[in-house]
Amino acid sequence: MSTTVPVVERVLSANDAVAAEVRAQLDARGIFCLNLMAGPGAGKTSLIERTVAALKDEIPIGMINGDTSAAAFDAERSQRAGAASVHINTGGKCHLEAAMVRDALALLPLEKIRLLLIENVGNLVCPMSWKLGAHANVLISSVPEGDDKPYKYPKMYAGVDVLVLNKIDLLPYVDFDRAKFLRGVEALNPGLRSFELSCRTGEGLEAWIAWLKQIAGASR
Amino acid sequence: MHELAITQAMLDIVLKHARGARVRKVSVTVGEWTGYVGDSIELFWRELARGTPAEDAQLEFRLEPATLRCRTCSAVFPVDGSMLACPRCGALGGEPAGGRDCMVESIEIEGGESP
Repeated sequence: MSTTVPVVERVLSANDAVAAEVRAQLDARGIFCLNLMAGPGAGKTSLIERTVAALKDEIPIGMINGDTSAAAFDAERSQRAGAASVHINTGGKCHLEAAMVRDALALLPLEKIRLLLIENVGNLVCPMSWKLGAHANVLISSVPEGDDKPYKYPKMYAGVDVLVLNKIDLLPYVDFDRAKFLRGVEALNPGLRSFELSCRTGEGLEAWIAWLKQIAGASR
Repeated sequence: MHELAITQAMLDIVLKHARGARVRKVSVTVGEWTGYVGDSIELFWRELARGTPAEDAQLEFRLEPATLRCRTCSAVFPVDGSMLACPRCGALGGEPAGGRDCMVESIEIEGGESP
């Protein structure tokens, strides 16, 4: 004898509930939070270094770095740049989860922070499914990855709130069809707020920094 | 590794609804947008569920294709192989439609009593 029990529950509903807790905690303190996602090597840490360097005198910044290993290189780079940072070792998991962020918040001086940058694990597939409670999900793509990425990772491009195209200084040297890339982005996420920049040369960074000043300033 | 965490979340949901009863079958819908693979979930399940009332459960997957809804003509078309162009009117792109979620739909447990 057996019975069928209807469940109809989203597998990630428990994570979503924790993400909502994280968001409530951030909102209560007036902290604006970005979830930075990208494939490995797109320049997440470089963008963070540039961002912290440009903003640290005006906006106190906190950092959460997710990595699949205990090697805290990225957190150290953020720390050196001037941000209070916590390293999360995901123990092999290919994405951050809301509970990891909740636990990391307890280790940060939240009363001093106005902008929180979460560096997700380098991966274009999984992180998008796991909400963290951030106010904006940011995808950092880069020129050498190729112009076909929106077509190959449509879920990521469809789901983000902000797009950064990094390494534009390499455009003259690689076969990257910018129009094709942007067509794919527009197809999946019309009107997406986008920044084209180079962390190496600094080109295009002003617009990104100006946007952050505007949103982090307005959140309190 | 992608499916390890999702399988744990799935197992948590199943055990909660089974309330201690042995679980014979778990029916899951896997949306293609999620990128999760049934075979991998199955593999992790055998590890994670060991020693729980769901260790022998048969996992039944229904794959829901990832689709886009055309913003011009409203046709719903599969993402896979489309290069994001609507096969009906040729317009590029659309809103993500089907296949976005991974859901535990129902479970079959031993015993005749409906909880």
